[in-house]
Parts: sequence; C-alpha cells; structure tokens
Amino acid sequence: MQDRAITAEKLTKKFGDFTAVDQISFEVSKGEIFGFLGANGAGKTTAMRMFCGLSLPTSGVATVGGFDVYSENEKIKNSIGYMSQRFSLYDDLSVIENIRFYAGIYGMSSKAIRVKAEHILKGLELEAEKNMLVGSLPLGWKQKLAFSVAIFHEPRIVFLDEPTGGVDPITRREFWQLIYEAAGEGITVFVTTHYMDEAEYCNRVSIMVDGRIEALDTPTGMKKHMGVGSMNEVFLQLARKATRTEN
Amino acid sequence: MNGITINNISKSYPLKKGKQEALKNIELTIPEGELFGLIGPDGAGKTTLFRILTTLLLPDSGTASVNGLDTTKDFMQIRKEVGYMPGRFSLYTDLTVEENLNFFANIFNTSVKENYHLIKEVYKMIEPFKKVRAGKLSGGMKQKLALSCALIHKPKTLFLDEPTTGVDAVSRKEFWELLRSLRAEGITIMVSTPYMDEASLCDRVGLIQQGSMMGVDTPQHLRNAFGKKLLSVKGPDMLQLLRQLQAMDTVEHAYPFGEYHHAVLKDAAFLPELPANIEVKEVEPDIEDCFISLMRTHAG
Repeated sequence: MQDRAITAEKLTKKFGDFTAVDQISFEVSKGEIFGFLGANGAGKTTAMRMFCGLSLPTSGVATVGGFDVYSENEKIKNSIGYMSQRFSLYDDLSVIENIRFYAGIYGMSSKAIRVKAEHILKGLELEAEKNMLVGSLPLGWKQKLAFSVAIFHEPRIVFLDEPTGGVDPITRREFWQLIYEAAGEGITVFVTTHYMDEAEYCNRVSIMVDGRIEALDTPTGMKKHMGVGSMNEVFLQLARKATRTEN
Repeated sequence: MNGITINNISKSYPLKKGKQEALKNIELTIPEGELFGLIGPDGAGKTTLFRILTTLLLPDSGTASVNGLDTTKDFMQIRKEVGYMPGRFSLYTDLTVEENLNFFANIFNTSVKENYHLIKEVYKMIEPFKKVRAGKLSGGMKQKLALSCALIHKPKTLFLDEPTTGVDAVSRKEFWELLRSLRAEGITIMVSTPYMDEASLCDRVGLIQQGSMMGVDTPQHLRNAFGKKLLSVKGPDMLQLLRQLQAMDTVEHAYPFGEYHHAVLKDAAFLPELPANIEVKEVEPDIEDCFISLMRTHAG
C-alpha cells in the first residue's frame, strides 16, 4: 500500500436516482502526476470531493494516503493539500498572513512556519512583497503562491482543481514547473484542467464520461490507441459519446 | 463606416497608491462582418475594452466607433444596435428560459418570432428547458441562453466576453461552430478568450497583455512573423531536459509545450548539442509560441 497514494474500487455516488459517479476504479502511485479530465458535468467534482473527505460515497471502496474515505476522512483532510482557481488565498490578508493562516490550520509550529516561509518566499521571488495584500498581486503570482501554500504542510497528495484557468501562457508553464518539482519530492499531484496541452504534462490521465472512467492511460498510450495526434482529439472523441447533458 | 474603429484608447482605474493602467493606447480597426478574437489572460484589459465599446464605460482618452457611431456621443443608438454577452452570467435567474428571451425581445421592440432564424441553431439546444428558470441551468446552457438573448434584436455587432471560459473542449467546439454560422449572417463579432488554441478559428486576432495590444493580424500572418527557428524536443526525463535547454547558450528560451518542450533558437545556424536519445524536430510556431515571444519582447 505504501506506493499507492489513491485507490478507488467501484466508487459510486448517487444523488437520489442520479448516479453522478458510476463505479470508478483506478490507482494513483506515489509521486505521480495524475490528470483527471472530463467534460463539464461528467462527475469530476463529485469524485474529487469524495477523495478529499468532503462527501461520503454511496458504495465502493477508496483510500487516499492509505486512509479510508468512509471512516478516516479527518485523517485524509490532514494529509492532503487543495487548491482551485475559484478558491485559493484570502485577498484581504497579506502574503505572509495567508501562509501563517494555512500552515497554522494544519498544525505547524510557529518556528517551522517561519523557517519554511522564508524558503518559499525566496523561491517565488516574493520576499519584497511578503506584507502586500494578496488581492493586489497579479493573478499569475497569486496562483503560484496558492500552490506553494497548498503544499506548505508537506501533504502526501495535492488536489488541484483547474489551477491555471485564465493565467497567461508563461506563468502557466512556470506553474507546471512547480508541479513537476513537487512531484519530484514525492508529492502526488491529482489535477483537473480544461487545457488539453496540460493533459500532456501528466504521467497518466483518466477521462470521465457520464460518471464513468472511459479511458485511463499515459497521454502517449492514449493517442496511440485512438490513432490521433493530440490529447484534444482524444478528448473530443471520447467526450462526444456523452449522453448526459450537464447537471 | 460600419464595423469597429478604436483610436488611441487608454483607461486607468485608481488604486490606493497610483493607478492601474487597464488599457494603453489601443489602436484597432475591425471591418464589418469579421470574426475578431481578442486573446489574452485574465487582467489583460479585455473586459475594459468591451465595456468601452458597449458604452458602459468612458475611456480616459481616445475615441472609438461601433457601426459608424461614436461610443461617447451616440451611446443610446449603439445600445440598440449591438449585442453584448458579458463574462459574468447576467440574465434574470428567477425568470425561465423563455421569459428571459421574451423580455430581451420586448425591450428592444421586437419579438422572438421576428428574429427566430438568427437564434434557431443555438436556441433549439435549450428549447427543451424553456420552462426552467435560468438560475437552474448548467454553465453550458446558461451560455447558450445568454447568446440567444444577445442576438434576439438582430444586432449588427456582437460582443462576447469570454464565452468559453471554464467550458469543456466539446462545448467550446460547438460554441465556435455557432459563431462561424453567425458570421455567415454578416454580423460583426468581437469575442475574447484566454484559450490560445481558439485563435485559429478567428479571421483575425489581437494578442493583448497588461493593457497593450502586442499584435493584430490573421493567425497565419502572426505565425509567419515569429521569425526564429523553433525546435520541438522530447526526452526520457522532461524536467531535466527543460533545465538543460534553458541553460544552453544556443537557446534563447525554452518552455514545456504539451508532450514536448519548445526551444527558440538564438541563431538558426547554431543548433543545440543534445544527446542521441533526445528527439528533436523543427516545428512551425503556434499562436501560443507567438504570444510567449511577444510577452517577452514587451516585458524586456
């Protein structure tokens, strides 16, 4: 179990008679960058909420960081990091206040926070801006800071929900370089995106259609299997099969 | 002259300290009937430009005209002749799909019946839900309803502010197919997007970043103007390869690009020396390569 960050076996979530997530099964290895793709309404967010310990499955089995999603969801919350485009940092707190706030929630000591904060700010070249309100930072800096904050407490797994939406192409790439580095340090990265070129940066990707996982492979394997040149074409071919309209 | 003309428009927003320059000396002419894409990230100034052209905001300096009408003097007439779909969903959430559409037709003194041919293609996708309140619709459905409402008075010019943001690749493709068919009706369309891959679907595009228009041309001309040799590189350890490329004297800059890295060469005559297990091929630049290159020039 040591080398598996996430496992799911026939994981299902129903809302009344609507099956949002329909018996999905897969494993994500430690240190892997796993792309979780799907059309709007395919069930990605519902699945992600179960993995983050925020929503109980209807049936099936799943573990995150070795913890059971039914009985150990509080332990899961402690061992993961999370960031999304919509919610990441508090605009009306300064850079350093955001770091202290999040690290404090995860129970880090003041001393550990101080030492690590210096290191992070240096790496992001944000030392001069540490007392600036996050709301006044350019979006690209904010997103890179948000990612660093999400992995500040050294979680085993970080969940990224469309982390690069609307970000300029240079910053988007700097962001992915941060992702690569985190994965290199053994953090498992579980990421959703609408940018199909970013799907290519993942070690493996899954594509959800109507609550099910329709395909799961390396980007190269997927393209080869479907005989197409890009992940965009793979996605269009698979997602076209969807019968469910968005929820 | 119809279409859109923008002469030296600038706009700033006051901040606690100093000001935020949202648009800097924008010059642009969009001929009647063109499908024009305004491409840039969040904060580039796209929405500010839309708000000026739709007469919702006054520029600090410069002038603009839409359908031959001045955005400051003739604002009442412009409002009758343009359709505007803002980035944020702005229809009435407690009215049904049908009620929203009828409402917008009524305030423009027309009827759904009169211009049904214009919205038919998009509206038929949401018609099964016509009795549903707009607030209950999914993102993709809301987007289609908003387009229907922006079209129902048969505007000469249509402004669409990031209609495909946060929308999946399949719905994005469908939406662009709808725009192509509206263009065929002779409507001038200005559409903004943060997705660089949508550039190829426009007649011409403007690349905008931090309030400056970095380039305006057809996607093909922009690619032709790239002017540097571009290599696509792939190897077993991509992170290490990227660092290696970024440190090379022969490489101006290198960045991840899908399953490859792209390396822009300083001089086409000097190829970087790479081990035999590294796959290297020369490629044509994409709009995203052009955008990155222009960003570097403008920042530099």
